[in-house]
Amino acid sequence: MSSTSRQPAPVGTFAVEPVLSVSALDVRLGGRQVLTDVSFEVGAGQFTGLIGSNGAGKTTLMRVVLGLQPPTRGTVRLPTASLEDGPPRRSVGYVPQKFLLDPDIPLRARDLVALGLDGHRLGLPLPSRSRRERVDQMLAAVGAEALADKRVGRLSGGEQQRVLVAHALVSRPSLLLLDEPLANLDIRSVREIVSLISRLAREQHVAVLISAHEVNPLLHVMDRVVYIASGRVASGPTEEVIRSEVLSRLYGQHVDVLHVHGRVLVVAGEGDPTAPGEDITVTHPHDSL
Amino acid sequence: MTVSGALFAPGFFSSGPVHTALALGGVVAIVCGIVGVFTVIRGQAFAGEALSDIGAAGGSASFLASVSPVWGFLAASLAAAAAMEMIGVQRARGRDLATGIVLGTSLGLAALFLYLDSTLRSTTGTTVSVLFGSMFALSSSLIPAVVSLSVVSAGLVCLIQRPLMLSSMNPDLAAVRGVRVRLLGIAYLAALAVAVALAALTIGAILGTALLVGPAATALRITRRPGLAMLTAAGLGVLAVVIGVVLAYDSFLWPGHGWPVSFFVVTLVFLFYLVFGLPGSRRSSQREQGGG
Repeated sequence: MSSTSRQPAPVGTFAVEPVLSVSALDVRLGGRQVLTDVSFEVGAGQFTGLIGSNGAGKTTLMRVVLGLQPPTRGTVRLPTASLEDGPPRRSVGYVPQKFLLDPDIPLRARDLVALGLDGHRLGLPLPSRSRRERVDQMLAAVGAEALADKRVGRLSGGEQQRVLVAHALVSRPSLLLLDEPLANLDIRSVREIVSLISRLAREQHVAVLISAHEVNPLLHVMDRVVYIASGRVASGPTEEVIRSEVLSRLYGQHVDVLHVHGRVLVVAGEGDPTAPGEDITVTHPHDSL
Repeated sequence: MTVSGALFAPGFFSSGPVHTALALGGVVAIVCGIVGVFTVIRGQAFAGEALSDIGAAGGSASFLASVSPVWGFLAASLAAAAAMEMIGVQRARGRDLATGIVLGTSLGLAALFLYLDSTLRSTTGTTVSVLFGSMFALSSSLIPAVVSLSVVSAGLVCLIQRPLMLSSMNPDLAAVRGVRVRLLGIAYLAALAVAVALAALTIGAILGTALLVGPAATALRITRRPGLAMLTAAGLGVLAVVIGVVLAYDSFLWPGHGWPVSFFVVTLVFLFYLVFGLPGSRRSSQREQGGG
């Protein structure tokens, strides 16, 4: 079954030219088919959620888009360069899946953000006023001015996340990839990070592709969704994808999409919740926002 | 008795060996500080120790071949670094085991070479100077070679410091900026091998890593900027070497006559770490609650 990817339709007031086109992507890793015939586009300025459970292939897809993992088949097109030209460098900002920064790493928040500008350069960093101003500006944009001179390794998870977003955006990319930025955050931090990222996307005119295993925190900010299950995707405007027919086709079994108080619950269908589509997300209302 | 007379034993300032020890030890301490900061950040202290122990085999063999030990340490340490890269010691599973076995073998070779040094060449003190260093026995003719190697090693690390910091923190973050992470790792390992050889030459193969890792670990606790951490580590290393040389020179007047400089240097490095770098001092500033 191929994806239900469609031509990008204008969403909101954005003129939609793609900043990322993924077509007919297959990835095999260690003899296992991780991604199958994945195609979708992310339009300029669009906020796209990459939704699927653990092991569905989200991180692999991100790594292929970033040029960190070569695809078995298919193409990835980014605004400035195709992947054959090597990693996408500064046209794409990236916040990796949560990792622990060493508490002793000798970097202040501002140093980490500055590495987003010139971390690939050789030689000693020369003090530059414009560089410093850009870093301050970016720290202010993520609400981390007060953290500027603190060690990144000793900030809380939510604070590190903000600084990493500033690091990813400081070089003014046209696309920002965030791999599971909401995992392991408490409910308040989840809400803060989501509203921060959607505000930044508008202010910085950057398209966002954000992966999550839970659709609800992103429901009110997503323009489009790429729903991923067992390495296959269904993509399109949120309300067109998060529907019983589309997800049932993706999972290969009947799936109900229930709307409860502005949230959605995706549940396996009649009588057979343990069927092979083990990926199905069951939303627990107390977890959602 | 003047203050100077109380601190410095007679002849300290006019002693040739003292000048050489201070010059070589100081330069090597600077290199170790700069390179060592990244050794600690990258968690490669064990790799440094491995390079140093393997270097011992080279250092002891150099006496048999009648070349300066600096070249023996350097050749063995660089060869070990190349081998580590080729067999993927930095990645493979069971690397501790593989490294441990190679280390044991190297020290076994060192034992043989050191024995042959004393029987075939009838050199005295080789064992102590290879394993534990003897700074007052260093020849001033080594200065040009040591300074050149220092410039290469420290210069390389300064050159790659930004991509190295980024990739030490998270290799993917560096890779998406176009940094060739593997090549960078190889360049760093080469710089580390040179620094380790220099440390082995001055304070001995077994103690070399102390000068590499100790001041750096202390510096990382008291500074929060990359450049400042390297400068602080270099400064602490130089301080340990200078005070160590003074005390060792003074110790010619103590019972036992002439304690090893390495003993003083390593003890001072340890004391600095106790005073400035003990984990307890960071508990108060540990990550705050909230946000996960």
